[in-house]
Amino acid sequence: MKEFNIDELNRKFQEKIDNDIKIEPKDWMPDDYRQTLIRQISQHAHSEVVGMLPEGNWITRAPNLRRKAVLLAKVQDEAGHGLYLYSAVETLGADREQTIDDLHSGKAKYSSIFNYPTLTWADMGAVGWLVDGAAIMNQVPLCRCSYGPYARAMVRVCKEESFHQRQGFEIMMKLAAGTPEQKAMAQDALNRFWWPALMMFGPNDAESKHTQQSMDWKIKRHTNDELRQQMVDITVPQAEMIGLTIPDPDLKWNEETGHYEYGEIDWDEFWQVVKGNGPCNKDRIDARRKAKEDGLWVRQAANAHAEKRRARNAKKAS
Amino acid sequence: MENALFEYLLRLGDDSLILGHRLSEWCGHGPVLEEDIALTNLSLDLIGQATSIFDYAGKVEGKGRSEDDLAFLRFDKDYRNLLLVERPNVDFGVTIMRQFLFDAYRKPLFERLVHSSDEMIAAIAAKSLKETKYHLRHSSEWVIRLGDGTEESHNRIQDALNELWKYAAEIFYEDAVDAELKANGVLPDMDSLKSDWDTIVHAVLEEATLTIPDNNWKQEGGRKGLHTEHLGFILAELQYMQRAYPNMEW
Repeated sequence: MKEFNIDELNRKFQEKIDNDIKIEPKDWMPDDYRQTLIRQISQHAHSEVVGMLPEGNWITRAPNLRRKAVLLAKVQDEAGHGLYLYSAVETLGADREQTIDDLHSGKAKYSSIFNYPTLTWADMGAVGWLVDGAAIMNQVPLCRCSYGPYARAMVRVCKEESFHQRQGFEIMMKLAAGTPEQKAMAQDALNRFWWPALMMFGPNDAESKHTQQSMDWKIKRHTNDELRQQMVDITVPQAEMIGLTIPDPDLKWNEETGHYEYGEIDWDEFWQVVKGNGPCNKDRIDARRKAKEDGLWVRQAANAHAEKRRARNAKKAS
Repeated sequence: MENALFEYLLRLGDDSLILGHRLSEWCGHGPVLEEDIALTNLSLDLIGQATSIFDYAGKVEGKGRSEDDLAFLRFDKDYRNLLLVERPNVDFGVTIMRQFLFDAYRKPLFERLVHSSDEMIAAIAAKSLKETKYHLRHSSEWVIRLGDGTEESHNRIQDALNELWKYAAEIFYEDAVDAELKANGVLPDMDSLKSDWDTIVHAVLEEATLTIPDNNWKQEGGRKGLHTEHLGFILAELQYMQRAYPNMEW
């Protein structure tokens, strides 16, 4: 067997990255690259699964049968995304159950946006439109991520997210064109979700400790601020189109740069929510922990039954 | 009997709607992600069935009521679902046993309804049958897994069976509605429905090492609009938006 020294391995690895050749599970990769991916993909998986809760909150109260079915299908998609992201984490040698326990113990993070409550039906619109909208902005570049399994998972996820974003916008559009009460409900949802949605892109570039390394590894393709700007530029005209007002008095179009300028984000709130002081952090984690604990006897039964079956089949075969 | 067909469609549609509602309560809380997805799938199928059935029921009634009017704007006594399907989820065992007892009825039911003289019912049954076959396979497999799993799971699923058995008896409730629809071929060949159900239920419960309760009491009421205390709370959530914001488009 041919021996490689660590510098040689590193050189070959970076060469692949530079030539846009995907890194696959069995390829050699630096430990830091592996750890960064485990952290990022498991956070992403947790976000999908925790993200089921704020929208799941309105399934039983959806206003008509069609909306109920669409919302069910959407939340179900998020569970599916969680599944293939956990599978992607497993290709890096991490254990799915361990990463889930890390979520429950507070060691692993998930997107802070899901720590905000969904208070009205219009929040189903705002979440789809803004939260899934921001998620797409983050995830489309991840389809070109240097790690193969993650990039491929993202291709499928993005297709579904784009349907989610459209259904959310459609809910908002319908409300905005409805009665004054409905329009007020839509505006209120936009007011509450606008800033948390902008926070979804993470801290300003100057504060972001992981960005540069992730960009060198082509895990990340754009900085947080670039993506945030893209979100603002795309969303503002959409809000205008349906007659809703972005809750930012400093928002203005800059003719020279061709971008919207927007007000200062409340970073204190952001860090407080990340640290656990959001309105729903405890409720979300409690719900996930309860699902796991309540499901323990079911998983044990499934394993025990599979074991008995194997034993019976082996006996039959012998 | 005035509009037996409408009445029958409500029974069929309300079973789908209310069970679909119960299953949707699991979304985000399933014992494993795979089952979260599976339970949501069942719910989606049932809500879809309810939508087609109510759409047709509104036309049969001829008073201009839409599928949403029928789903969301009736009072509790006007709902015709089995008491079985409004029973609370409690835990995964009760949810699965409730599903199994129901699926074991719906599959042979739809197998018969595809031959209905009513073309719409036949078409709805044909589509629903495909879904229900999968539902029955899923719930049967879980009844077996839980019955033949650990001591805890065996006890839990046996308790669920004991608890739900008297509600399952309502599945075969019949009155003048059925008689009329049988006479005109809308309900073809229903005589062996109960024995088909018995066959499925006995085979699965036996493989699951479960014991059929000796309680023969039939707890009926749902088909006549007399429900348990649980339906009121289901409707409070289900109807919330339509009641709080009447006459709006969503």
